[in-house]
Amino acid sequence: MIPEIGHFALILALAVALLQGSLPMIGAARGRAAWMALAEPAALLQLVFVLTAFLALMHAYVTSDFTVANVAQNSNSKLPLLYKISGTWGNHEGSMLLWILILAVFGAAVALFGSNLPAPLRARVLSVQSWIAIGFLAFSLFTSNPFARMFPPPPDGADLNPLLQDPGLAFHPPMLYLGYVGFSMAFSFAIAALIEGRVDAAWARWVRPWTLAAWCFLTGGIALGSWWAYYELGWGGWWFWDPVENVSFMPWLLGTALLHSAIVVEKRDALKTWTVLLAILTFSLSLIGTFIVRSGLLTSVHAFATDPERGVFILVLLCLTIGGSLMLFAIRAPALKGGGLFAPISRESGLVLNNLLLAVACATVFLGTMYPLFAEAFGYKATVGAPYFNLTFVPIMTPLIAIMALGPMLSWKRADLAGVLGRMKAALAAAVAATLLALYLSGGPVGPALGMGLAAWLFIGALSEWAGRIKLLRVHPSESWRRALTLPRSAHGMTLAHAGMAVAIVGIVGSASWKVEEILIMRPGDSVAVAGYDYRLEGVNRVQGPNYVSDMAQITVTRDGRPVTVQRPERRLYTVQQMPTTEAAIHTTGLADLYTAIGDPDGRGGHTVRVFYEPLVPWIWAGSILMMLGGAVSLSDRRLRIGAPRRTCPAPNTGTAAAKA
Amino acid sequence: MSEIAQGNVGRRLLFLAPVILFAVLAGYFLWGLAPGRDPRILPSALIDQPVPDFDAGPLAGIGVPGLASTDLKAGKVSLVNFFASWCIPCRAEHPLLMNLAAQGGVELYGMNYKNKPAEARAWLVELGNPYSRIGTDEPGRIGIDWGVSGVPETFIVDGEGRIRYRHWGPIDRRAMEEIIRPLIVELSR
Repeated sequence: MIPEIGHFALILALAVALLQGSLPMIGAARGRAAWMALAEPAALLQLVFVLTAFLALMHAYVTSDFTVANVAQNSNSKLPLLYKISGTWGNHEGSMLLWILILAVFGAAVALFGSNLPAPLRARVLSVQSWIAIGFLAFSLFTSNPFARMFPPPPDGADLNPLLQDPGLAFHPPMLYLGYVGFSMAFSFAIAALIEGRVDAAWARWVRPWTLAAWCFLTGGIALGSWWAYYELGWGGWWFWDPVENVSFMPWLLGTALLHSAIVVEKRDALKTWTVLLAILTFSLSLIGTFIVRSGLLTSVHAFATDPERGVFILVLLCLTIGGSLMLFAIRAPALKGGGLFAPISRESGLVLNNLLLAVACATVFLGTMYPLFAEAFGYKATVGAPYFNLTFVPIMTPLIAIMALGPMLSWKRADLAGVLGRMKAALAAAVAATLLALYLSGGPVGPALGMGLAAWLFIGALSEWAGRIKLLRVHPSESWRRALTLPRSAHGMTLAHAGMAVAIVGIVGSASWKVEEILIMRPGDSVAVAGYDYRLEGVNRVQGPNYVSDMAQITVTRDGRPVTVQRPERRLYTVQQMPTTEAAIHTTGLADLYTAIGDPDGRGGHTVRVFYEPLVPWIWAGSILMMLGGAVSLSDRRLRIGAPRRTCPAPNTGTAAAKA
Repeated sequence: MSEIAQGNVGRRLLFLAPVILFAVLAGYFLWGLAPGRDPRILPSALIDQPVPDFDAGPLAGIGVPGLASTDLKAGKVSLVNFFASWCIPCRAEHPLLMNLAAQGGVELYGMNYKNKPAEARAWLVELGNPYSRIGTDEPGRIGIDWGVSGVPETFIVDGEGRIRYRHWGPIDRRAMEEIIRPLIVELSR
């Protein structure tokens, strides 16, 4: 009964979405207030229906209702409760429903908190948001119904993919989707602006918090995903340039660009068409990211089960959304009025350069990800791996990080480069010191040492800018404290995020450059020394888990004879699916991770053991958390929370008037 | 209407560029969705073809002879495994190969691919040698003829020396039990 209620609620949600997608839009065009006002209750109602459907599916999972095909295929009665719940979105149909739910949450948020938006803009934004919902609801209902029953029901379910039975991955999809779908707000605002023919500072101020929130979630989602890959796959790496990773990384790159270009629109009324295009492209990449791994277009080591039959529906949806919005852009964007002028050396120019580099970086990743498909269309098979990405990505990111430290110090319109460079003395000294220190400690090649220098440059540069703002050490500490308190939260947020990036770079460069690995067969009693630590395999025991059996090794780690830790890596066999998984054991020292994983037995009393010394990897997670924190602090800025002042008298815009006529 | 919005075909075209690029991309997507296409499969043009002619010298110090194409036409089903000591997935599949060798029923041959002989020797001493013949292909020339894209890669060759199956990447337990062993049994009949 409950699954049918869920199914019915989903159908009702589609009906409401059709209403919300049409009447308010027409009302906005004809100036009918009552039609426009329909958008808010519709958005809330849509959320109620979608939430009902989602909870119905979750109920089926929690109660192990195997008459629902989706539950039977992806759950099991022995599954721990957490994974029964996360199993709701650990499959294609359920994850689509989660996507739709988050879309509805964002729509309802505009309805609830968008009271300071002009009525036509709000109506149009909610309508556009609803168009997206229509596409997804139709996709879900017609091709991926999560509530389909099966008869006869199996005695027990086929179990959730063991790789997904992990706390990190239980929360990875919701985070990632909050990011992906969050960009739908920027998209809806962009489309509404194109329809209205007006982009101004107030528009940018409304778009920014949504973009920032989406960016924070996406940052967290990506970090959580790579953290999972790091400890669960047992390969000792955290980023593999796999298509699934890349499709989440591309919206992040463009979303970062959007975040910065929206500042220029808000403060200087410039870069308007570019910002609108970025908003469209960022969400388009999110859509492509959601779909590409489900359509069987590209292959990946960790993708959903693909189904090319759904592919055509997906393609039509992508063409309508992306093609349609880009067509609208081509028609309407030329009518958008250009804004403020600026000198080549100015904060605007710095942000343009930021956007340019991020867009190129994104294009590089896009090309590498899609190349196998392009090549295959011309008759040959190709795979593009890490060497391509490292070779192309690093040279683009290097200048980006170099200017990232300078940008916040540049003033708007026209900046004094000599003065700014003068303020970078501390950063330069730190960069040189970090480079030399890294060179001395590693004794290795210059490249990674320079990476450390670059990170120090950014970190100290970001702090110098912040210190300059509160006049740290130049006035009495109490005055600095007072200045810090009155400084806009967004300024603190930026410093945190930029410094977080620097911390993450230290981790990325360090782990890529100075990793030590040892793979060998060990028998109980065997020892191996890796990077100054001694690992001794004490034994391997069979352990029974709720729905798996595990070979758990006990490895004592010592350094110069002193005990450091005892590690217990596992090799699990999930009995229902007969699928083995690796549970790496990780001990972090703050500066490095000691990482061990155990493989198959060799049949002669030994086991394959992988021992990795992963330098600075914890810094990647710390940096990601700092970046998210920076975004959150910035989001709490009063200016963004309250929103833009009401536009009492819209600026005269001849282009709009003509286009509407 | 403002000047910018009027005329100026070049500017208009610039604004059309994104949608045109997307149309091209959508074309690729449409092609990629063609039924029957599986991006996972790296096809081998050599399936059901005779093995390429080659004669690879032995790996000194291990005590098994080298491998040549004639060895694969001796009437017994054989499994040719391209491996290297620097290859991590090779280590992962190694215990399965040891197991297969211990159980018999197939000639298990190794091709030491783009690997220094000393390192390969140390590797086999450490992990054990499952192969009854090992050819060396340090420059990777023979690998090119076989269409090897990376190690490990495994071929099953029937008694007449025709390649019947190609396994890309490490053999896992499932592939061993569900594909490789059944095929060996079938070809041995």
